[in-house]
Amino acid sequence: MKISVRESVGTHTLLVIAVFFAVYPLGSIIISSLQKASGPGIGWGNFSIAWNRGHFASALISSALVAASVVLITAIISCLAGYALATMRVPGGRLILGVLLVGLVLPYEVTVLPLYQMLSGWGLINTYWALILPQIGLSVPLGVFWMRAFFRSVPEEILEAARLDGASRLQTLRLALLPIAGPAIATLSTILFLFTWNEFLLALILIPDNQAVQTAPLALSFFSGTDRSSNPYVTAAAAVLVAVPIIIAYVVLQRRLITGLTSGAVK
Amino acid sequence: MTFVTHRRSAVAVPTGPRRRSRLTGPTWSSLPYVAPALAFFAIFVIYPICVSVQTSFYNYDGLTVATFAGFSNYVNVFADSNLRAALGHSLLLLVFYAALPVCIGLLLAGAMSRIRIYGLTVFRALLFLPQILSSVVVAVAWRGMLASDGPVNWLLRHIGLGAFATSWLGNFNTALPSIGLIGTWVEYGLCMVLFLAGIVTIDRSLYEAARLDGAGPVREFFAITLPALRPQVSIALILTITFALRNFDLIWNTTRGGPGTSTTVPSLYVYLDAFQNRQLGQASALAVVLTIIILIVVAIVQVAVREPSAHPRRTRSLRRIQRDGSAR
Repeated sequence: MKISVRESVGTHTLLVIAVFFAVYPLGSIIISSLQKASGPGIGWGNFSIAWNRGHFASALISSALVAASVVLITAIISCLAGYALATMRVPGGRLILGVLLVGLVLPYEVTVLPLYQMLSGWGLINTYWALILPQIGLSVPLGVFWMRAFFRSVPEEILEAARLDGASRLQTLRLALLPIAGPAIATLSTILFLFTWNEFLLALILIPDNQAVQTAPLALSFFSGTDRSSNPYVTAAAAVLVAVPIIIAYVVLQRRLITGLTSGAVK
Repeated sequence: MTFVTHRRSAVAVPTGPRRRSRLTGPTWSSLPYVAPALAFFAIFVIYPICVSVQTSFYNYDGLTVATFAGFSNYVNVFADSNLRAALGHSLLLLVFYAALPVCIGLLLAGAMSRIRIYGLTVFRALLFLPQILSSVVVAVAWRGMLASDGPVNWLLRHIGLGAFATSWLGNFNTALPSIGLIGTWVEYGLCMVLFLAGIVTIDRSLYEAARLDGAGPVREFFAITLPALRPQVSIALILTITFALRNFDLIWNTTRGGPGTSTTVPSLYVYLDAFQNRQLGQASALAVVLTIIILIVVAIVQVAVREPSAHPRRTRSLRRIQRDGSAR
Protein backbone atom coordinates (compact mmCIF):
# COMPACT_ATOMS: atom_id res chain seq x y z
CA MET A 1 0.00 0.00 0.00
CA LYS A 2 1.68 3.18 -1.14
CA ILE A 3 0.72 6.65 -0.14
CA SER A 4 2.39 9.41 -2.02
CA VAL A 5 5.43 11.03 -0.46
CA ARG A 6 3.74 14.37 -0.93
CA GLU A 7 0.85 13.38 1.32
CA SER A 8 3.22 12.08 3.95
CA VAL A 9 5.21 15.30 3.95
CA GLY A 10 2.00 17.35 4.00
CA THR A 11 0.61 15.51 7.02
CA HIS A 12 3.88 15.77 8.90
CA THR A 13 3.94 19.49 8.17
CA LEU A 14 0.44 19.78 9.61
CA LEU A 15 1.59 17.91 12.70
CA VAL A 16 4.58 20.19 13.14
CA ILE A 17 2.29 23.23 12.91
CA ALA A 18 -0.08 21.72 15.48
CA VAL A 19 2.85 21.03 17.80
CA PHE A 20 4.19 24.55 17.28
CA PHE A 21 0.88 26.04 18.43
CA ALA A 22 0.77 23.69 21.41
CA VAL A 23 4.25 24.60 22.58
CA TYR A 24 4.59 28.26 21.65
CA PRO A 25 2.79 29.91 24.61
CA LEU A 26 4.91 28.00 27.10
CA GLY A 27 8.04 28.82 25.11
CA SER A 28 7.10 32.48 25.08
CA ILE A 29 6.86 32.72 28.88
CA ILE A 30 10.16 30.89 29.24
CA ILE A 31 11.75 33.44 26.91
CA SER A 32 10.18 36.39 28.76
CA SER A 33 11.25 34.99 32.10
CA LEU A 34 14.88 35.07 30.98
CA GLN A 35 14.80 38.71 29.80
CA LYS A 36 16.70 41.25 31.79
CA ALA A 37 14.54 43.94 33.37
CA SER A 38 16.82 46.63 32.00
CA GLY A 39 18.62 46.36 28.72
CA PRO A 40 19.21 43.39 26.43
CA GLY A 41 20.61 39.99 27.28
CA ILE A 42 19.32 37.13 29.36
CA GLY A 43 19.70 36.21 32.99
CA TRP A 44 18.17 34.55 36.00
CA GLY A 45 17.34 37.82 37.78
CA ASN A 46 13.57 37.52 37.33
CA PHE A 47 13.57 34.12 38.93
CA SER A 48 15.25 35.26 42.12
CA ILE A 49 12.87 38.24 42.38
CA ALA A 50 9.83 36.00 41.87
CA TRP A 51 11.20 33.31 44.19
CA ASN A 52 11.72 35.77 47.04
CA ARG A 53 8.61 37.88 46.60
CA GLY A 54 6.11 35.15 45.75
CA HIS A 55 6.98 32.68 48.54
CA PHE A 56 7.28 29.92 45.98
CA ALA A 57 9.62 27.78 48.05
CA SER A 58 6.93 27.14 50.64
CA ALA A 59 4.24 26.96 47.93
CA LEU A 60 6.04 24.19 46.05
CA ILE A 61 6.57 22.27 49.27
CA SER A 62 2.89 22.67 50.17
CA SER A 63 1.82 21.43 46.76
CA ALA A 64 4.11 18.42 46.97
CA LEU A 65 2.93 17.59 50.47
CA VAL A 66 -0.77 17.87 49.63
CA ALA A 67 -0.46 15.97 46.35
CA ALA A 68 1.63 13.18 47.89
CA SER A 69 -0.82 12.70 50.79
CA VAL A 70 -3.85 12.65 48.50
CA VAL A 71 -2.21 10.20 46.10
CA LEU A 72 -1.01 7.86 48.85
CA ILE A 73 -4.28 7.65 50.76
CA THR A 74 -6.45 7.52 47.64
CA ALA A 75 -4.33 4.74 46.17
CA ILE A 76 -4.63 2.62 49.31
CA ILE A 77 -8.36 2.99 49.82
CA SER A 78 -9.03 2.64 46.08
CA CYS A 79 -7.09 -0.63 45.97
CA LEU A 80 -9.15 -2.02 48.82
CA ALA A 81 -12.48 -0.89 47.39
CA GLY A 82 -11.60 -1.78 43.80
CA TYR A 83 -10.50 -5.25 44.91
CA ALA A 84 -13.75 -5.85 46.77
CA LEU A 85 -15.94 -4.51 43.96
CA ALA A 86 -14.11 -6.61 41.38
CA THR A 87 -13.91 -9.93 43.18
CA MET A 88 -16.59 -10.05 45.88
CA ARG A 89 -20.32 -9.63 45.95
CA VAL A 90 -20.47 -6.35 47.82
CA PRO A 91 -23.94 -5.55 49.20
CA GLY A 92 -25.31 -2.68 47.11
CA GLY A 93 -22.31 -2.92 44.78
CA ARG A 94 -24.25 -1.77 41.76
CA LEU A 95 -25.56 1.25 43.61
CA ILE A 96 -22.08 2.09 44.85
CA LEU A 97 -20.68 1.93 41.32
CA GLY A 98 -23.53 4.04 39.96
CA VAL A 99 -23.01 6.76 42.54
CA LEU A 100 -19.24 6.76 41.98
CA LEU A 101 -19.85 7.00 38.25
CA VAL A 102 -21.75 10.24 38.74
CA GLY A 103 -18.87 11.38 40.94
CA LEU A 104 -16.53 11.10 37.94
CA VAL A 105 -18.09 14.03 36.10
CA LEU A 106 -19.27 16.08 39.06
CA PRO A 107 -18.29 19.76 39.02
CA TYR A 108 -16.45 20.67 42.23
CA GLU A 109 -18.49 23.88 42.32
CA VAL A 110 -21.43 22.07 43.86
CA THR A 111 -19.36 20.88 46.81
CA VAL A 112 -17.14 23.86 47.64
CA LEU A 113 -19.51 26.01 49.68
CA PRO A 114 -20.65 23.24 52.06
CA LEU A 115 -17.04 22.03 52.26
CA TYR A 116 -15.98 25.49 53.35
CA GLN A 117 -18.67 25.62 56.04
CA MET A 118 -17.97 22.09 57.22
CA LEU A 119 -14.20 22.53 57.38
CA SER A 120 -14.42 25.87 59.12
CA GLY A 121 -16.68 24.19 61.67
CA TRP A 122 -13.87 21.70 62.24
CA GLY A 123 -11.31 24.51 62.43
CA LEU A 124 -9.41 23.15 59.44
CA ILE A 125 -9.66 26.08 57.03
CA ASN A 126 -6.19 27.36 56.11
CA THR A 127 -4.57 24.03 57.01
CA TYR A 128 -3.23 21.24 54.80
CA TRP A 129 -6.13 19.06 55.90
CA ALA A 130 -8.60 21.40 54.22
CA LEU A 131 -7.03 20.45 50.89
CA ILE A 132 -6.09 16.85 51.56
CA LEU A 133 -9.35 15.46 52.94
CA PRO A 134 -11.79 16.78 50.29
CA GLN A 135 -9.46 15.92 47.44
CA ILE A 136 -9.26 12.32 48.62
CA GLY A 137 -13.05 12.21 48.53
CA LEU A 138 -13.13 13.74 45.05
CA SER A 139 -10.42 11.37 43.75
CA VAL A 140 -12.08 8.23 45.06
CA PRO A 141 -14.39 7.66 42.03
CA LEU A 142 -11.49 7.66 39.56
CA GLY A 143 -9.34 5.56 41.87
CA VAL A 144 -11.97 2.92 42.56
CA PHE A 145 -12.97 2.54 38.91
CA TRP A 146 -9.35 2.36 37.91
CA MET A 147 -8.38 -0.33 40.39
CA ARG A 148 -11.60 -2.26 39.87
CA ALA A 149 -10.91 -2.37 36.13
CA PHE A 150 -7.43 -3.69 36.87
CA PHE A 151 -8.53 -6.37 39.35
CA ARG A 152 -11.21 -7.55 36.93
CA SER A 153 -8.55 -8.02 34.27
CA VAL A 154 -6.54 -10.36 36.49
CA PRO A 155 -6.95 -13.98 35.33
CA GLU A 156 -9.31 -16.01 37.50
CA GLU A 157 -6.58 -18.65 37.91
CA ILE A 158 -4.46 -16.40 40.09
CA LEU A 159 -7.30 -15.90 42.58
CA GLU A 160 -8.10 -19.59 42.41
CA ALA A 161 -4.51 -20.57 43.10
CA ALA A 162 -4.28 -18.22 46.05
CA ARG A 163 -7.48 -19.67 47.45
CA LEU A 164 -6.25 -23.22 47.09
CA ASP A 165 -3.10 -22.24 48.95
CA GLY A 166 -5.35 -21.23 51.79
CA ALA A 167 -4.81 -17.49 51.47
CA SER A 168 -7.38 -15.23 53.10
CA ARG A 169 -8.89 -12.46 51.01
CA LEU A 170 -6.55 -9.86 52.43
CA GLN A 171 -3.59 -12.17 51.86
CA THR A 172 -4.71 -12.76 48.29
CA LEU A 173 -4.71 -9.02 47.72
CA ARG A 174 -1.39 -8.45 49.45
CA LEU A 175 0.60 -11.42 48.23
CA ALA A 176 -0.91 -12.35 44.88
CA LEU A 177 -2.44 -9.20 43.41
CA LEU A 178 -0.47 -6.18 44.64
CA PRO A 179 2.84 -7.48 43.24
CA ILE A 180 1.35 -7.44 39.74
CA ALA A 181 -0.67 -4.25 40.26
CA GLY A 182 2.41 -2.01 40.21
CA PRO A 183 1.94 -0.48 36.75
CA ALA A 184 -1.79 0.15 37.26
CA ILE A 185 -1.18 1.83 40.62
CA ALA A 186 1.70 3.85 39.22
CA THR A 187 -0.40 5.20 36.34
CA LEU A 188 -3.28 6.02 38.66
CA SER A 189 -0.90 7.79 41.03
CA THR A 190 0.57 9.84 38.19
CA ILE A 191 -2.86 11.00 37.04
CA LEU A 192 -4.04 11.81 40.56
CA PHE A 193 -0.82 13.66 41.30
CA LEU A 194 -1.28 15.82 38.24
CA PHE A 195 -4.89 16.66 39.07
CA THR A 196 -4.12 17.41 42.71
CA TRP A 197 -1.06 19.48 41.94
CA ASN A 198 -3.02 21.66 39.51
CA GLU A 199 -6.23 22.03 41.52
CA PHE A 200 -7.06 25.70 41.92
CA LEU A 201 -10.67 26.32 42.97
CA LEU A 202 -10.46 24.26 46.16
CA ALA A 203 -7.20 25.91 47.16
CA LEU A 204 -8.62 29.38 46.52
CA ILE A 205 -11.62 28.71 48.75
CA LEU A 206 -10.20 26.49 51.46
CA ILE A 207 -6.83 28.24 51.93
CA PRO A 208 -8.04 31.86 51.68
CA ASP A 209 -5.37 33.58 53.76
CA ASN A 210 -2.52 31.49 55.02
CA GLN A 211 0.59 32.00 52.95
CA ALA A 212 2.43 29.11 54.59
CA VAL A 213 -0.09 26.58 53.30
CA GLN A 214 -0.78 28.05 49.83
CA THR A 215 -0.21 25.66 46.94
CA ALA A 216 1.89 26.64 43.94
CA PRO A 217 -1.00 27.50 41.55
CA LEU A 218 -2.65 29.61 44.25
CA ALA A 219 0.59 31.42 45.05
CA LEU A 220 1.04 32.13 41.35
CA SER A 221 -2.52 33.41 41.04
CA PHE A 222 -2.04 35.85 43.94
CA PHE A 223 1.39 36.84 42.73
CA SER A 224 0.36 37.53 39.14
CA GLY A 225 -2.82 39.25 40.29
CA THR A 226 -1.11 41.74 42.52
CA ASP A 227 1.89 42.10 40.28
CA ARG A 228 -0.04 42.58 37.08
CA SER A 229 0.88 46.23 36.72
CA SER A 230 4.55 45.76 37.54
CA ASN A 231 6.96 43.55 35.70
CA PRO A 232 5.57 40.98 33.23
CA TYR A 233 8.97 39.27 33.04
CA VAL A 234 8.89 38.53 36.75
CA THR A 235 5.35 37.18 36.44
CA ALA A 236 6.53 34.97 33.59
CA ALA A 237 9.40 33.73 35.76
CA ALA A 238 6.93 32.90 38.53
CA ALA A 239 4.78 30.93 36.09
CA VAL A 240 7.83 29.00 34.92
CA LEU A 241 8.74 28.22 38.54
CA VAL A 242 5.31 26.71 39.09
CA ALA A 243 5.35 24.82 35.78
CA VAL A 244 8.87 23.37 36.01
CA PRO A 245 8.31 20.58 38.57
CA ILE A 246 5.30 19.29 36.72
CA ILE A 247 7.10 19.50 33.36
CA ILE A 248 10.06 17.54 34.76
CA ALA A 249 7.70 14.90 36.11
CA TYR A 250 5.96 14.86 32.74
CA VAL A 251 9.18 14.30 30.80
CA VAL A 252 9.89 11.28 32.99
CA LEU A 253 6.38 9.88 33.10
CA GLN A 254 4.73 11.06 29.86
CA ARG A 255 4.50 7.67 28.21
CA ARG A 256 2.81 6.10 31.23
CA LEU A 257 0.58 9.12 31.70
CA ILE A 258 -0.62 9.41 28.12
CA THR A 259 -1.21 5.73 27.49
CA GLY A 260 -2.85 5.51 30.89
CA LEU A 261 -5.15 8.43 30.26
CA THR A 262 -6.11 7.43 26.74
CA SER A 263 -6.64 3.74 27.34
CA GLY A 264 -8.09 4.24 30.82
CA ALA A 265 -10.55 6.81 29.55
CA VAL A 266 -11.91 4.51 26.90
CA LYS A 267 -11.80 1.41 29.02
CA MET B 1 -12.08 9.71 33.40
CA THR B 2 -12.95 6.04 33.19
CA PHE B 3 -16.46 7.06 32.45
CA VAL B 4 -17.22 4.45 29.87
CA THR B 5 -16.35 1.69 32.29
CA HIS B 6 -19.97 1.07 33.10
CA ARG B 7 -20.67 -0.02 29.57
CA ARG B 8 -18.05 -2.69 29.87
CA SER B 9 -19.29 -3.80 33.24
CA ALA B 10 -22.83 -4.03 31.94
CA VAL B 11 -21.62 -6.55 29.43
CA ALA B 12 -19.26 -8.44 31.67
CA VAL B 13 -21.25 -8.70 34.87
CA PRO B 14 -23.18 -11.93 34.22
CA THR B 15 -20.09 -14.07 33.67
CA GLY B 16 -17.29 -12.42 35.65
CA PRO B 17 -17.82 -11.29 39.21
CA ARG B 18 -21.00 -13.25 39.91
CA ARG B 19 -19.27 -16.52 39.33
CA ARG B 20 -16.31 -15.34 41.30
CA SER B 21 -18.27 -14.08 44.24
CA ARG B 22 -20.26 -17.25 44.61
CA LEU B 23 -16.97 -19.01 45.15
CA THR B 24 -15.66 -16.44 47.59
CA GLY B 25 -18.77 -16.88 49.65
CA PRO B 26 -20.87 -14.53 51.72
CA THR B 27 -20.46 -10.88 51.34
CA TRP B 28 -21.10 -8.65 54.32
CA SER B 29 -17.48 -9.21 55.23
CA SER B 30 -16.51 -7.37 52.04
CA LEU B 31 -17.80 -4.09 53.47
CA PRO B 32 -14.61 -3.22 55.42
CA TYR B 33 -12.78 -3.12 52.09
CA VAL B 34 -15.21 -0.65 50.60
CA ALA B 35 -15.85 1.36 53.74
CA PRO B 36 -12.85 3.74 53.80
CA ALA B 37 -13.33 4.85 50.19
CA LEU B 38 -17.06 5.20 50.65
CA ALA B 39 -16.61 7.14 53.88
CA PHE B 40 -14.39 9.73 52.18
CA PHE B 41 -16.76 9.97 49.23
CA ALA B 42 -19.83 10.26 51.45
CA ILE B 43 -18.40 12.88 53.80
CA PHE B 44 -16.61 15.08 51.29
CA VAL B 45 -18.78 14.70 48.18
CA ILE B 46 -22.26 13.33 48.84
CA TYR B 47 -22.93 15.19 52.08
CA PRO B 48 -21.81 18.56 50.63
CA ILE B 49 -24.05 18.00 47.61
CA CYS B 50 -27.03 17.36 49.88
CA VAL B 51 -26.23 20.53 51.82
CA SER B 52 -25.99 22.46 48.55
CA VAL B 53 -29.39 21.21 47.45
CA GLN B 54 -30.88 22.12 50.82
CA THR B 55 -29.27 25.58 50.89
CA SER B 56 -30.54 26.28 47.40
CA PHE B 57 -34.11 26.45 48.76
CA TYR B 58 -33.25 29.17 51.29
CA ASN B 59 -32.31 32.81 51.37
CA TYR B 60 -29.17 32.76 53.44
CA ASP B 61 -26.31 35.19 53.93
CA GLY B 62 -24.21 32.84 56.04
CA LEU B 63 -24.73 34.85 59.24
CA THR B 64 -28.37 35.57 60.00
CA VAL B 65 -31.16 33.00 60.11
CA ALA B 66 -31.99 31.48 56.74
CA THR B 67 -35.53 31.93 55.42
CA PHE B 68 -37.26 29.45 53.19
CA ALA B 69 -37.28 30.65 49.59
CA GLY B 70 -39.00 27.85 47.69
CA PHE B 71 -37.88 27.70 44.11
CA SER B 72 -37.13 31.41 43.85
CA ASN B 73 -33.35 30.88 43.69
CA TYR B 74 -33.88 28.48 40.81
CA VAL B 75 -36.24 30.89 39.06
CA ASN B 76 -33.54 33.53 39.42
CA VAL B 77 -30.96 31.35 37.68
CA PHE B 78 -33.01 31.67 34.51
CA ALA B 79 -34.69 35.03 35.14
CA ASP B 80 -31.75 37.11 36.31
CA SER B 81 -30.25 38.73 33.22
CA ASN B 82 -26.68 38.43 34.54
CA LEU B 83 -27.00 34.73 35.25
CA ARG B 84 -28.74 34.13 31.95
CA ALA B 85 -25.93 35.92 30.16
CA ALA B 86 -23.42 33.73 32.00
CA LEU B 87 -25.24 30.59 30.81
CA GLY B 88 -25.17 32.02 27.29
CA HIS B 89 -21.42 32.61 27.51
CA SER B 90 -20.99 28.99 28.57
CA LEU B 91 -22.89 27.80 25.51
CA LEU B 92 -20.67 29.87 23.22
CA LEU B 93 -17.60 28.52 24.99
CA LEU B 94 -18.83 24.98 24.27
CA VAL B 95 -18.10 25.65 20.59
CA PHE B 96 -14.54 26.70 21.36
CA TYR B 97 -13.81 24.21 24.13
CA ALA B 98 -15.49 21.11 22.73
CA ALA B 99 -16.62 21.38 19.09
CA LEU B 100 -13.48 23.01 17.67
CA PRO B 101 -10.94 20.78 19.42
CA VAL B 102 -12.83 17.62 18.46
CA CYS B 103 -13.06 18.77 14.82
CA ILE B 104 -9.38 19.75 14.66
CA GLY B 105 -8.47 16.48 16.32
CA LEU B 106 -10.56 14.44 13.90
CA LEU B 107 -9.21 16.28 10.87
CA LEU B 108 -5.61 15.69 11.86
CA ALA B 109 -6.27 12.16 13.04
CA GLY B 110 -7.95 11.44 9.71
CA ALA B 111 -4.88 12.69 7.87
CA MET B 112 -2.61 10.70 10.14
CA SER B 113 -4.51 7.46 9.70
CA ARG B 114 -3.38 7.36 6.08
CA ILE B 115 0.36 7.41 6.58
CA ARG B 116 3.12 6.08 8.77
CA ILE B 117 4.02 8.79 11.25
CA TYR B 118 7.63 9.34 12.18
CA GLY B 119 8.36 10.48 15.72
CA LEU B 120 4.83 9.77 16.93
CA THR B 121 5.86 9.60 20.61
CA VAL B 122 7.48 13.02 20.48
CA PHE B 123 4.53 14.60 18.66
CA ARG B 124 2.14 13.05 21.13
CA ALA B 125 4.09 14.22 24.17
CA LEU B 126 4.31 17.80 22.88
CA LEU B 127 0.66 17.96 21.82
CA PHE B 128 -0.39 16.81 25.25
CA LEU B 129 1.69 19.47 27.03
CA PRO B 130 -1.12 22.07 27.49
CA GLN B 131 -3.12 19.46 29.42
CA ILE B 132 -0.57 19.01 32.18
CA LEU B 133 0.01 22.69 32.90
CA SER B 134 -1.82 24.31 35.77
CA SER B 135 -4.63 26.53 34.49
CA VAL B 136 -3.00 29.43 36.32
CA VAL B 137 0.19 28.94 34.32
CA VAL B 138 -1.91 28.74 31.15
CA ALA B 139 -3.65 31.97 32.12
CA VAL B 140 -0.38 33.80 32.76
CA ALA B 141 1.08 32.56 29.48
CA TRP B 142 -1.95 33.63 27.46
CA ARG B 143 -2.28 36.98 29.20
CA GLY B 144 1.19 37.60 27.84
CA MET B 145 0.35 36.21 24.39
CA LEU B 146 -2.78 38.37 24.07
CA ALA B 147 -1.46 41.57 25.69
CA SER B 148 -1.47 44.72 23.59
CA ASP B 149 2.30 44.36 23.10
CA GLY B 150 2.20 40.56 23.01
CA PRO B 151 3.17 38.11 20.25
CA VAL B 152 -0.31 37.89 18.72
CA ASN B 153 -0.50 41.61 18.04
CA TRP B 154 3.14 41.62 16.95
CA LEU B 155 2.30 39.02 14.33
CA LEU B 156 -0.79 40.94 13.17
CA ARG B 157 1.23 44.13 12.74
CA HIS B 158 3.91 42.30 10.79
CA ILE B 159 1.53 40.77 8.29
CA GLY B 160 -0.20 44.07 7.71
CA LEU B 161 -3.25 43.44 9.87
CA GLY B 162 -2.17 45.92 12.55
CA ALA B 163 -5.64 47.48 12.41
CA PHE B 164 -6.99 44.38 14.17
CA ALA B 165 -4.46 44.51 16.97
CA THR B 166 -6.15 45.10 20.31
CA SER B 167 -5.90 44.25 23.96
CA TRP B 168 -7.67 40.95 23.35
CA LEU B 169 -8.72 40.16 26.92
CA GLY B 170 -9.57 43.77 27.74
CA ASN B 171 -11.86 44.42 24.80
CA PHE B 172 -15.61 43.84 25.26
CA ASN B 173 -15.96 42.25 21.83
CA THR B 174 -12.91 40.03 21.81
CA ALA B 175 -12.55 38.88 25.43
CA LEU B 176 -14.97 35.95 25.28
CA PRO B 177 -13.77 34.50 21.95
CA SER B 178 -10.18 34.97 23.14
CA ILE B 179 -10.89 32.89 26.23
CA GLY B 180 -12.59 30.40 23.95
CA LEU B 181 -9.46 30.10 21.84
CA ILE B 182 -7.36 29.51 24.95
CA GLY B 183 -9.74 26.63 25.69
CA THR B 184 -9.32 25.33 22.14
CA TRP B 185 -5.58 25.46 22.67
CA VAL B 186 -5.80 23.51 25.93
CA GLU B 187 -8.07 20.83 24.50
CA TYR B 188 -7.10 20.08 20.90
CA GLY B 189 -3.95 18.21 21.87
CA LEU B 190 -5.93 16.00 24.22
CA CYS B 191 -8.42 15.20 21.45
CA MET B 192 -5.68 14.40 18.96
CA VAL B 193 -3.85 12.16 21.41
CA LEU B 194 -7.07 10.32 22.22
CA PHE B 195 -7.91 9.84 18.54
CA LEU B 196 -4.36 8.77 17.69
CA ALA B 197 -4.59 6.08 20.34
CA GLY B 198 -7.83 4.91 18.72
CA ILE B 199 -6.41 4.92 15.22
CA VAL B 200 -3.55 2.65 16.20
CA THR B 201 -6.10 -0.05 17.04
CA ILE B 202 -7.86 0.09 13.66
CA ASP B 203 -7.18 -2.94 11.49
CA ARG B 204 -4.90 -1.72 8.66
CA SER B 205 -6.45 -4.17 6.23
CA LEU B 206 -9.65 -2.10 6.33
CA TYR B 207 -7.78 0.80 4.79
CA GLU B 208 -6.15 -1.41 2.18
CA ALA B 209 -9.51 -2.84 1.28
CA ALA B 210 -11.06 0.60 1.05
CA ARG B 211 -8.29 1.79 -1.19
CA LEU B 212 -8.58 -1.22 -3.46
CA ASP B 213 -12.27 -0.36 -3.58
CA GLY B 214 -11.26 3.05 -4.84
CA ALA B 215 -12.36 4.97 -1.78
CA GLY B 216 -10.80 8.42 -1.51
CA PRO B 217 -9.52 10.02 1.67
CA VAL B 218 -12.93 11.51 2.51
CA ARG B 219 -14.85 8.26 2.14
CA GLU B 220 -12.15 6.40 3.99
CA PHE B 221 -12.53 8.85 6.86
CA PHE B 222 -16.31 8.52 7.11
CA ALA B 223 -16.47 4.78 6.43
CA ILE B 224 -13.58 3.57 8.60
CA THR B 225 -11.83 6.14 10.77
CA LEU B 226 -14.81 7.98 12.22
CA PRO B 227 -16.92 4.92 13.12
CA ALA B 228 -13.90 3.25 14.70
CA LEU B 229 -13.19 6.31 16.82
CA ARG B 230 -16.65 6.40 18.43
CA PRO B 231 -15.47 5.57 21.95
CA GLN B 232 -12.70 8.15 21.72
CA VAL B 233 -15.01 10.83 20.34
CA SER B 234 -17.45 10.13 23.13
CA ILE B 235 -14.83 10.45 25.85
CA ALA B 236 -13.29 13.52 24.21
CA LEU B 237 -16.68 15.23 24.14
CA ILE B 238 -17.39 14.36 27.76
CA LEU B 239 -14.02 15.66 28.94
CA THR B 240 -14.09 18.86 26.88
CA ILE B 241 -17.73 19.68 27.61
CA THR B 242 -17.27 19.19 31.35
CA PHE B 243 -14.20 21.40 31.19
CA ALA B 244 -16.10 24.06 29.23
CA LEU B 245 -19.06 24.14 31.59
CA ARG B 246 -16.91 24.38 34.72
CA ASN B 247 -14.16 26.66 33.53
CA PHE B 248 -13.64 28.69 36.71
CA ASP B 249 -9.85 28.63 36.92
CA LEU B 250 -9.07 30.00 33.50
CA ILE B 251 -11.56 32.86 33.67
CA TRP B 252 -10.68 33.80 37.24
CA ASN B 253 -7.03 34.09 36.29
CA THR B 254 -7.50 35.94 33.01
CA THR B 255 -10.46 38.32 33.11
CA ARG B 256 -12.42 37.61 36.33
CA GLY B 257 -15.53 37.91 34.19
CA GLY B 258 -14.62 41.30 32.74
CA PRO B 259 -14.46 43.63 31.01
CA GLY B 260 -17.88 44.47 32.42
CA THR B 261 -19.69 41.15 32.50
CA SER B 262 -18.58 40.07 29.05
CA THR B 263 -16.83 36.85 30.14
CA THR B 264 -18.90 35.76 33.14
CA VAL B 265 -19.78 32.06 33.47
CA PRO B 266 -21.97 30.21 35.99
CA SER B 267 -19.07 28.85 38.06
CA LEU B 268 -17.75 32.38 38.49
CA TYR B 269 -21.09 33.47 39.96
CA VAL B 270 -21.12 30.40 42.20
CA TYR B 271 -17.89 31.68 43.70
CA LEU B 272 -18.87 35.35 43.81
CA ASP B 273 -22.34 34.75 45.25
CA ALA B 274 -21.01 32.33 47.85
CA PHE B 275 -17.91 34.17 49.01
CA GLN B 276 -18.36 37.82 48.12
CA ASN B 277 -22.03 38.71 47.72
CA ARG B 278 -23.07 36.43 50.60
CA GLN B 279 -26.02 35.01 48.68
CA LEU B 280 -25.45 31.43 49.65
CA GLY B 281 -28.85 30.16 48.52
CA GLN B 282 -28.43 31.68 45.08
CA ALA B 283 -24.91 30.29 44.74
CA SER B 284 -26.11 26.82 45.71
CA ALA B 285 -29.02 26.87 43.27
CA LEU B 286 -26.68 27.88 40.49
CA ALA B 287 -24.21 25.13 41.40
CA VAL B 288 -27.00 22.56 41.42
CA VAL B 289 -28.26 23.73 38.02
CA LEU B 290 -24.70 23.57 36.66
CA THR B 291 -24.34 20.01 37.95
CA ILE B 292 -27.64 18.94 36.41
CA ILE B 293 -26.73 20.51 33.07
CA ILE B 294 -23.40 18.66 33.05
CA LEU B 295 -25.04 15.33 33.91
CA ILE B 296 -27.67 15.81 31.19
CA VAL B 297 -25.09 16.73 28.56
CA VAL B 298 -22.91 13.76 29.49
CA ALA B 299 -25.94 11.47 29.25
CA ILE B 300 -26.83 12.91 25.84
CA VAL B 301 -23.28 12.35 24.57
CA GLN B 302 -23.33 8.79 25.88
CA VAL B 303 -26.54 8.05 24.02
CA ALA B 304 -25.70 9.99 20.86
CA VAL B 305 -22.24 8.53 20.32
CA ARG B 306 -23.16 4.88 20.80
CA GLU B 307 -21.18 1.84 19.89
CA PRO B 308 -21.26 0.92 16.18
CA SER B 309 -23.47 -2.08 16.95
CA ALA B 310 -26.34 0.34 17.43
CA HIS B 311 -25.88 1.44 13.81
CA PRO B 312 -26.10 -1.72 11.71
CA ARG B 313 -25.86 0.18 8.45
CA ARG B 314 -22.38 1.44 9.18
CA THR B 315 -21.09 -1.90 10.37
CA ARG B 316 -22.46 -3.55 7.29
CA SER B 317 -20.63 -1.16 5.00
CA LEU B 318 -17.49 -1.79 7.04
CA ARG B 319 -17.91 -5.51 6.70
CA ARG B 320 -18.55 -5.21 3.01
CA ILE B 321 -15.31 -3.33 2.53
CA GLN B 322 -13.47 -5.93 4.53
CA ARG B 323 -15.04 -8.84 2.63
CA ASP B 324 -14.43 -7.27 -0.75
CA GLY B 325 -10.87 -6.59 0.27
CA SER B 326 -10.11 -10.13 1.30
CA ALA B 327 -11.86 -11.56 -1.76
CA ARG B 328 -9.43 -9.91 -4.05
